[in-house]
Amino acid sequence: MFFFRACAMAEMTREQIKAVVFDVLGAIAPELDAAAIAPDKPLREQVDIDSFDFLNVVIRLHERLGVDIPEKDYGELLTLDGAIEYLSGRLAERAGRPRL
Amino acid sequence: MPALGADMDAGTLVEWMVKPGDAVKRGQVVAVVETQKGAVEVEIWESGTVDRILVEPHTKVPVGTVLATVRTAGEPAAPVAPQPAPAAAPIAAPAPDALASRPRVAPAARKRAEELGIDINTVRPARAGDVVTRADVERAAAAPPAAPAAAEEDWRVPMRRAIAAAMSRSKREIPHYYLATDIDAAAVLDWLAAENLKRPVAERLLPVVPFMKAVALALKEVPELNGFWIDGAFRPAPAVHLGMAIAMRSGGLVAPAIHDADGKSLGQLMADLRDLITRVRSGRLRSSEMTDPTVTLTSLGEQGVEEVFGVIYPPQVALVGLGKVTERPWAAGGTVTVRKVLTATLSADHRASDGHRGALFLAALARLLQNPEKLN
Repeated sequence: MFFFRACAMAEMTREQIKAVVFDVLGAIAPELDAAAIAPDKPLREQVDIDSFDFLNVVIRLHERLGVDIPEKDYGELLTLDGAIEYLSGRLAERAGRPRL
Repeated sequence: MPALGADMDAGTLVEWMVKPGDAVKRGQVVAVVETQKGAVEVEIWESGTVDRILVEPHTKVPVGTVLATVRTAGEPAAPVAPQPAPAAAPIAAPAPDALASRPRVAPAARKRAEELGIDINTVRPARAGDVVTRADVERAAAAPPAAPAAAEEDWRVPMRRAIAAAMSRSKREIPHYYLATDIDAAAVLDWLAAENLKRPVAERLLPVVPFMKAVALALKEVPELNGFWIDGAFRPAPAVHLGMAIAMRSGGLVAPAIHDADGKSLGQLMADLRDLITRVRSGRLRSSEMTDPTVTLTSLGEQGVEEVFGVIYPPQVALVGLGKVTERPWAAGGTVTVRKVLTATLSADHRASDGHRGALFLAALARLLQNPEKLN
């Protein structure tokens, strides 16, 4: 885990990824209050987004981070913590390092 | 002034996009009209040259009022029958809303409004189209107490009134009957998963898309569900213009049309749906989208409930509802397995069709969804 963190840091910190996620969510749900989001609870219970909005989140994350998120991985994006974990893993993977 | 909703009796001309002497083509957007449910782009129904503008911007006029005159080719420059769009025919859809007048709100502004005890929905940004900021809230709080008229500006008030009028008329006039059936969704969802793997992320299909196509094709088999009840008689529609019920952020809904849904590829339907939802939530709808849905489809998505029995939007004669997909025990061929299943419902106008025909429609829908590759 330590190794993984060190690798991800070289790419993009978790804080930076989190900022991108909030940026993308905020563009779709302008009423979003980032400070009020519980990172370990399902995002869709906290932000009013439907399947169309969610697809747009996936598209924008792809544009911003270059990470392609296949449908089978949608379940990894249920919470903020889960999304950051998944995205940093995919970014490290893209950089040619094993995903731990 | 076209009728842009079942119960619209007047509209305010906001802006002309053309001036006298301009050449116009059928389908071109020529004006913007403010309705109970918001700004709508009005398309012209004839090609020609704009002759005279008869209604000035910011004027409220009754439905049917001549807004401008158009000369068709070869016609002399003289007042001519204009384009109060054939939309004046009561083929109306839930009008869109005050999209243009419903501003986005910054979280800090919302918080400040709560502290100051004012309704955030009454606060307008400094410049139209901008996000409502903390400063706007404070400015609003400092302003003299709002007159009752100011409350009228809350976009949700006329929106609710328009929905109330249409839905009350529906329940008053339309003898609804309701049918439901469970559909095995495994084939279509498996096909969709494989199809989406092949597509770039920006072209992925939402699960509702193959259902839209199947609904449109099933309506071709049972045409008495696709059309309008007008003046005591059913008028079948030659094309399927699928009215998609789309929720607006923070309340209200509209159901504008995807034209000729039965003849479009799934990729095209997805592109049209994307365009429509995006414009519902952030832009403007066009008059033809509002006036000509021939049937409505409501899909409550995966966050929703298992079944929905809708209220028909008059003068349409049917509304199709899709619940969320859930895993359920499914008995077939003497064994029980767990399958992905969804419940499809039909609300239909008993004046135009009978339960038997409605049942045939739902059966056709279930059958079409078992061969998803043929929907594309």
